[in-house]
Amino acid sequence: MQEAMIAKAKELLANGSVSRVIGWKKGEFSYDISPAVFETAEQIDADFVYDFFCAANVSKYLMKESRKEGKTLAFLKPCDSYSFAQLLKEHRIDREKVYVVGIECYGKADINKIREKGIDGVLGIKEDGTNFVIDSLYGDATVAKMDVYAERCLNCKSKKHIDVDEMLGEEGDVLDSKRFDEVAKLEAMTPDERYEFWRGELSRCIRCNACRNVCPACTCENCVFDNPNSDINNKAAATSFEENMYHIIRAFHVAGRCTDCGECSRVCPQNIPIHLLNRKFIKDINELYGEYQAGANPEERYPLVNFTFGDCEPSIVHKRGGNQ
Amino acid sequence: MQRIGVFVCHCGTNIAATVDVKKVCEVLKDEPGVVYTQDYQYMCSESGQNLIKDAIKEHNLTGVVVCSCSPRMHEATFRKAVQSVGLNPYMLEVANIREQCSWIHKNVEEATEKAVILGRAAIAKVHLNAPLVAGQTPVTKRALVIGGGIAGIQCALDIADAGYQVDIVEKEPTVGGKMTKIDKTFPTLDCSSCILTPKMVDVAQNENIKIYSYSEVESVKGFVGNFTVGIKRKARYVKEDICTGCGLCTEKCPQKKVPNDYNLGLDTKRAIYIPFAQAVPKVATIDPNYCTMMKTGKCGICSKVCSAGAIDYTQKDEIIEEQYGAIVVATGYNPIKLDAYEEFGYSQSPDVVTSLEFERLMSASGPNGGHLVRPSDHKEPKTIVFIQCVGSRSTTECGKPYCSKICCMYTCKHAMLCREKYPDTEVYVFYIDVRTPGKNYDEFFRRAVEEYNVHYIKGMVGKVAPSGDKLKVQASDLLNNEQLHIDADMVVLAAAIEADKSARPLATLLTASMDTNDFFTEAHAKLRPVESPTAGVFLAGCAQGPKDIPETVTQAGACASKVIGLLAKDHLVGNPCVAHPDEMMCNGCSTCANVCPYGAITYENKDFSRRKDGSMMRRVAQVNPAVCQGCGCCTVACPSGAMDLYGFSTKQIMAEVDAICK
Repeated sequence: MQEAMIAKAKELLANGSVSRVIGWKKGEFSYDISPAVFETAEQIDADFVYDFFCAANVSKYLMKESRKEGKTLAFLKPCDSYSFAQLLKEHRIDREKVYVVGIECYGKADINKIREKGIDGVLGIKEDGTNFVIDSLYGDATVAKMDVYAERCLNCKSKKHIDVDEMLGEEGDVLDSKRFDEVAKLEAMTPDERYEFWRGELSRCIRCNACRNVCPACTCENCVFDNPNSDINNKAAATSFEENMYHIIRAFHVAGRCTDCGECSRVCPQNIPIHLLNRKFIKDINELYGEYQAGANPEERYPLVNFTFGDCEPSIVHKRGGNQ
Repeated sequence: MQRIGVFVCHCGTNIAATVDVKKVCEVLKDEPGVVYTQDYQYMCSESGQNLIKDAIKEHNLTGVVVCSCSPRMHEATFRKAVQSVGLNPYMLEVANIREQCSWIHKNVEEATEKAVILGRAAIAKVHLNAPLVAGQTPVTKRALVIGGGIAGIQCALDIADAGYQVDIVEKEPTVGGKMTKIDKTFPTLDCSSCILTPKMVDVAQNENIKIYSYSEVESVKGFVGNFTVGIKRKARYVKEDICTGCGLCTEKCPQKKVPNDYNLGLDTKRAIYIPFAQAVPKVATIDPNYCTMMKTGKCGICSKVCSAGAIDYTQKDEIIEEQYGAIVVATGYNPIKLDAYEEFGYSQSPDVVTSLEFERLMSASGPNGGHLVRPSDHKEPKTIVFIQCVGSRSTTECGKPYCSKICCMYTCKHAMLCREKYPDTEVYVFYIDVRTPGKNYDEFFRRAVEEYNVHYIKGMVGKVAPSGDKLKVQASDLLNNEQLHIDADMVVLAAAIEADKSARPLATLLTASMDTNDFFTEAHAKLRPVESPTAGVFLAGCAQGPKDIPETVTQAGACASKVIGLLAKDHLVGNPCVAHPDEMMCNGCSTCANVCPYGAITYENKDFSRRKDGSMMRRVAQVNPAVCQGCGCCTVACPSGAMDLYGFSTKQIMAEVDAICK
């Protein structure tokens, strides 16, 4: 896949149909891969990479790139393309300025899970049937793919791309994901247990804002947490509950717009399962307003800003909360 | 720092009996910025207003808090008062210590504490108030009447008479409504059609009135004086402007087995039909569910016989948009479904009918040309039992809690007409109460009993059981304390009436409020009975509650006078409490435009070249202050908090919340 992508990128750069390419490049470590913009074939040859560590969602970067002169080539994985379509819907990206090439994705590896397998000093990753062969300072190690796939990939919602100009490889289908099972476990808790669960998880938050900065739904010109007029912009938490409020407010702000790309949890240095908050919102929206996948249909209004005669009454919140 | 005066009203004993007004004054005196407090018997009275005016002048007040009734009652009064002495009217806040405090509490201490808190919140808000100036909006001088029954017709005629344009939207192929189905009208027994059809003709001929028949309201945007309404003109598969109403197609159509809804399904019509002879507009309509041509593509007879060439099988629903200054809701009523009243055998015997069906059976334009015969065997009934209050005044789930109001009188009419036309018929009426308030109503009832010998029996029927060609009626006579068994030939059920099913979705489109029975609520039950609380929306007829024809016509006229009052104005003073975006914060994401019920928000690409990175153009929201109604939906939907509302800014609301929670 990497070769085909590089060839495609070089071809489009060479014939002038795009001015730059957005993809991934290696960081300090091989698993430490970040999105990058390439403007020449030389840069591509030097740094362009696409492997099982290329988990980052590049769609958000197109906001900035699409404002520049000329077109930008974007390689989008299925889940990236949902975010991309959602950003289009919110008028955050100029579609005319982007050339989208859809790329296959069969799941990305989670470096933390690899480490949990006792594999350190990771230098590279290759696939071998149902296994990954991990090249490390201490030699090759083989692990089953299913054991080290990221949670969001194990619960992948779709292999289908939204709104692409061209496909590299096979187009897939929407999958019958089990992603809400994790939420159901939380819902099965008593309100007190659930409260304790979230207090515990969120207590680790260091307010690095990584989740917000990576989130393709967090695209405000001026985030409420940075706005001195919003009264909630102080970075240092005044009470132990404040960092919890940060996550709760953020979950509300992205509700109905979150595509469940899972970037928030991926980038969290404290391994807080932030995506579960968002996924709970998605599950609720599905149950209260009918099945809805943000980004799936660029034309459709999202349920929280749409009004239909069948909408539930506000009292449903009280009924479903389980708190007497 | 503002200089705030606080004025606490006793409202006679309405407030003062439950709230210690002196203490409220005393406590609020110490709030920051408060330089003057005063309590008074009736703050809304002229002398009360003068107290406020004098204090403003004497103490150089910059803000005023009146602790009194709901702002819906007297906010306008007090705003005018402060304005008359040079203060901006939006520097006044009303703390509602009556509806939201004294009226709902009994304990003086607690009520007083709450009144203080409400006062404090208003003071906190006034600190952040800024002078606002209202703009003006023009008024579209045309009214929309939704529903073309007698209420809608009368209202439209009265508005048109005053020289304004009126459009009627009627969902059926003809105007006329329920009154076209009624045979005679109480208490004068004149023929319903004879008094209605001249009005239908008037409506058709009036230059100022346009009828959209077979049409429904699809969308409503805008606000008082400036509504934009989407009207769905349902495909009737006949070109309305070409059809001459000759009726030849309705005679030649080979599909004869279409239930005739004009006769409530008691007989059949053709797949192409004109509802009845006096229909307005007199235009044929094809029922695509029965038309052979529409279903199989084979037939086309109506098209062949139509010399005008009006048939168009390819017609599609069409949505048109029109502008209106006022909207009248006259959506009417329907009898309830009787599924839950199986004890009366409605579904078991065709000879158990509703009163409206009985009207059709008695009517000269009905299925039997006015000759009263049983639907089952076409024999004249010799014993008829009328059962009143079927589903009305019912405390069970299947019925309606209210009195349907018209049943006592029409049942009385039916009974009298039966005895008049068929003197050998025995007529029984079972009632809980007979309610006959109204001019000449009780006299009418007494004639039925005394002159026509109708058997009025106080008591309810327990069961109606079909047996052979008879209906066995078991009932109790409460006054004689005995069980009755009557072998009836027909049973007539006075089914409760309910608001038309189209009313609830329409209320949502109009953002007009409804009660739990789906009747539209008035702005004030006594003092503003024909206005909805939603400005520019007016109510006529049974959409507002059960009523008979005289009352409906009266109300429709009253409604028209309110509409005329609105349309006569060239401008309406707008509301300065409108939304406004902070362009530096706005993302242009369209969330606010999506939630805006008034279509007040548009987007513009603006140059923000001060920003060092990326392109200089950004899409930002723009609010049209003439269209914005200040509902605040956008301010809470905006993810970055770029939208705010004049007069109800987020900071003001938070200040109020803080003051309450302090």
